[in-house]
Amino acid sequence: MQSAAFLSCFVTIDAAADPTSTATNIFAPQSTPARSILHLSAFVLAITGIIFVVVFTLLVYAIAKFRARSANTNSEPAQVYGSTQIELAWTIIPVLIVVVLFMATARVIHAMQDAPEPTNAVKVTVIGHQFWWEYRYPELGVVTANELHIPVSDVAHPTPTFLQLLSADTDHSFWIPELAGKTDLVPNHPNRMWMDPEHTGVFVGQCAQYCGTQHAKMLLRVSVDTPEDFARWIREQQRPAVADERVAAGRRVFETTACINCHAINGTVANGRFGPDLTHLMSRTTIAAGAAPNTSQNLRLWIQNPEAIKRGSLMPAMQLSKSDLDSLMGYLETLR
Amino acid sequence: MSAAASSLSEIPQAWTLPYRGKVAMASLIVAESAIFTIFVVAYLFYVGKSLTGPTPREVLETPIFFTICLLSSSLTVHFAAKSLERNNRRAFLTLWSLTIILGSLFLFGTGREWYRLIYEHGLTIATNLFGTTYYSLVGLHAFHVSAGLIMLTVVLVFGLAGRVDEGQSRRVDVLALYWHFVDAVWVVVFTVVYVLGR
Amino acid sequence: MSSNAITIPGIRVEGKPWLEALHEWVTTVDHKRLGILYIIYGLGFLVVGGVEALIIRIQLMHSHNDFVSPQTFNRMFTMHGTTMIFFMVMPVLFGFANYLVPLMIGARDMAFPRLNAFSFWLSAFGGFLLYFSFLGGSGLYGAGNAPDVGWWAYAPLGARAFSPGHSTDYWTLSLLVSGFGSIGTAINIISTVLCMRCPGMKLGRMPLLVWLYLVMGGMVLIAITPLSAAQIMLLIDRYVGGHFFDTQAGGSAVLWMHFFWIFGHPEVYVLVIPAFGFLSEIIPVFSRKPIFGYPVMVAATVAIGFVSLSVWAHHMFTVGMNSYANSFFAITTMAVGIPTGIKIFNWIGTMWGGRIQFKVPMLFCIGFLFQFLIAGLTGIIQASVPVDWQLSLSYFVVAHFHYVIVGGILFATFGAFYYWYPKVTGRMLSERLGKWHFWLFVIGFHLTFDVMHIPGLLGMPRRIYTYEPGRGWDTLNLIISIGAFIQAIAILVFVWNLIRSYFTGAKAANDPWDAWTLEWSTSSPPPAYNFATIPVVASRRPLWDLKHPEDPDSRYE
Repeated sequence: MQSAAFLSCFVTIDAAADPTSTATNIFAPQSTPARSILHLSAFVLAITGIIFVVVFTLLVYAIAKFRARSANTNSEPAQVYGSTQIELAWTIIPVLIVVVLFMATARVIHAMQDAPEPTNAVKVTVIGHQFWWEYRYPELGVVTANELHIPVSDVAHPTPTFLQLLSADTDHSFWIPELAGKTDLVPNHPNRMWMDPEHTGVFVGQCAQYCGTQHAKMLLRVSVDTPEDFARWIREQQRPAVADERVAAGRRVFETTACINCHAINGTVANGRFGPDLTHLMSRTTIAAGAAPNTSQNLRLWIQNPEAIKRGSLMPAMQLSKSDLDSLMGYLETLR
Repeated sequence: MSAAASSLSEIPQAWTLPYRGKVAMASLIVAESAIFTIFVVAYLFYVGKSLTGPTPREVLETPIFFTICLLSSSLTVHFAAKSLERNNRRAFLTLWSLTIILGSLFLFGTGREWYRLIYEHGLTIATNLFGTTYYSLVGLHAFHVSAGLIMLTVVLVFGLAGRVDEGQSRRVDVLALYWHFVDAVWVVVFTVVYVLGR
Repeated sequence: MSSNAITIPGIRVEGKPWLEALHEWVTTVDHKRLGILYIIYGLGFLVVGGVEALIIRIQLMHSHNDFVSPQTFNRMFTMHGTTMIFFMVMPVLFGFANYLVPLMIGARDMAFPRLNAFSFWLSAFGGFLLYFSFLGGSGLYGAGNAPDVGWWAYAPLGARAFSPGHSTDYWTLSLLVSGFGSIGTAINIISTVLCMRCPGMKLGRMPLLVWLYLVMGGMVLIAITPLSAAQIMLLIDRYVGGHFFDTQAGGSAVLWMHFFWIFGHPEVYVLVIPAFGFLSEIIPVFSRKPIFGYPVMVAATVAIGFVSLSVWAHHMFTVGMNSYANSFFAITTMAVGIPTGIKIFNWIGTMWGGRIQFKVPMLFCIGFLFQFLIAGLTGIIQASVPVDWQLSLSYFVVAHFHYVIVGGILFATFGAFYYWYPKVTGRMLSERLGKWHFWLFVIGFHLTFDVMHIPGLLGMPRRIYTYEPGRGWDTLNLIISIGAFIQAIAILVFVWNLIRSYFTGAKAANDPWDAWTLEWSTSSPPPAYNFATIPVVASRRPLWDLKHPEDPDSRYE
């Protein structure tokens, strides 16, 4: 659409072409909700743009034409007190503009908020925590954290993803600009949103509602997969944790330390829900809700001194001995 | 200076503006009404939403007698103010004292009810949503009654010392207006808590 | 400054010992002195809040910066917002109200001088209490210190569970206390305007500034009190185990949002309406014409007052209200733009056909007109709910409301400073320094706040102490920060102008601008009693009638 092109022309990052870009541009929609918003905003911008040009011109004209000149500074100009016709005119026209804007707005509100949920939609429950994201696929029996996988949606046979948004503590907000507008996660107030991404790729965003110290590092990462890749990912996530005998020592360290108070690993005794589920930790690209890449060195640092990566996060420094840490790392790195 | 401005036009025949005490009290009442409205909205919003604990139906007893006391005190304070306008100081003091007694009875009734709720039913402000909203709303009202009683007593003391006469009746009227407001709020609180909320 | 003695020319008067002068100021009930106290208090917090803004901008200059810790940053944006709204703009506006309203209506003081003083000291104490939190706020586990829950203190972040220590209590109590001070002042303004006008000054003959302060006072009564109520509820939750906003007990976090914004939205109209008043006094004088459409301006203001009470949930479009609620608040929000737009048109109508003098007060008013137009339009854009689902909680909103408050309200207030400073002090502010102040501030303002819309459009949320590289936000944030520093320099120029002109500025006559309202009929500064004889007026512009006896306004009204 021409206005969309016009709007995106001043933005230099091209998100659509680069599947691994980290762009969060509201003018580069990749999903129906984001696209509807873009169309509506083009319309609204056009109207407000016209209003701006008209009033701006009047103002500039008034300043230029009616400045005091040395010739006439000694007398006062005609003292005009008002004009009923003019007042009526510049009341009625704005009323009409508001009616038009409102009708365009209301249409999109209903289309997006009251959209029915199709039976083939992928359902995800998102639970916001300080400062990470919990994802559950209730019908598929999957529990994971921080990196969401959803299938791409074919325009001909749509497979949208419907998210139910909950919170375990304070308010959060789920915002991936290129896929949809944001919706808040409010405790005791479940919300719903949906997206139907048109292209595969990785889309990023972050928490948008101030939730505490590390609000800034509660990042979002969504991988839009082909249906086959998504099915494969689901199968992998459904499996219990890898039980490799060679790292049994590390597993023992995990199960006998405070780790299990907060974390869960499917197939072990660990069933803590305060922190992210670690069953498939190594399937993620980042740790600490995007605060650091998921490398051996970062994982080590995260366990021993989380303040170095995400100051003020609720992960405690575990203070493990070097040998315990080495064993534990050996175990964690098997959790694919 | 301003002398020039006043020579400009004739002084209007009657230039009377409202009494500022009344306007100020009316403004205060508007502000206080807004505060009470928020507490009432919270109360109504949370009706039936408590997760635990005693419900209004189980524990509330309608305070008919004490409500009559409080509402009658509006009558007595009204007639007290009227008496003062006519410089009938004896009637003023009697009716004013009666107002204070009736208001105090109301407070006593509230206290007795709270004692019963806390010790017999275990309902405190921390028990559940009903407890929180009930004690806050009724308590806010009782606080305003207390403040009013203190002001009424101050005027009574001055009155007994012979310093309140018809020249003060405008000011006494302002205080009476506050007292009427407190009673009107009770009508709303009573309806919300003992009628709608059950 | 206003004097307490009648000046007899030719007699040498001894200076007062400074302690006695200080005592006079501390115990004053004179509306002019209290007005000055409010304004100086507000200016002090302008500097403090500005420093907090600069700290924020330094931290955000580039991605992954570590100028301050996340904890400190979160305190900075909380304190910056709270300070600027409650302890800068409100006091300054109440200060102008105090000083000007009695003078403009031909009265000798406000209706309740002692309540006036009490309200000032109550509000002032609130500010000191808030800042004491830096020293005294350490609570449980060393948590605490200045509040860090954002200036809205959303539930449940403000609950004991998520805000241990006393930092949130300092936020709550300081605002509760200063809120009561504001209510006292509002009662005073309303009583003064309704009960103390000089003979002949019917409501339809009051200066527009007085009308606007009357509406502002009414709004304070019903806008501030919901916040007071919510804060009492928060204290009950935090201290005696209440569950108002305790989601674990079935309480509602959304209820706090409703209560807060029922206060928060009308509050911004409380702030902007006096700014409208300043414009309505300054633009006519420097266009040499009466205000265009006085009755419509009054009606539009009252309409804004009422409609603004119905728009609050446009701050909550992302919270998950149903589509009918969202639509309702969309249309009311768009509707409130109509009377606001009418006012802009009327100001342009005032300038139209006039003889505009570009003195510094007028420069600031013209800046307001351009900037408030843009601010209003970005507001309309956000009123379109689905668009707001992208823009809300991002830097687009931050840009929008700073455009209103800085580009609008602060500009109008600067205009008011330059316009009324001669009356208050008896000296003119320097036009030269004023122009430096104006242009530096315009450049800095636009560099910061025009550019700031863009990171919002590119997905940058607000209230983040740092951001990821590669999102395209780095250069933009750098430019924004540079603009902030330019604005800081402009403020320093302004403060220097204020101080220097007090001692060496040109002496001001009674009526240096050739204006038309009653305050210009007194000396500069006015005597303690304002008017030797209470004036009698027959029109909206009594001094025009005096200066033009052949063509008085009273003939046309």
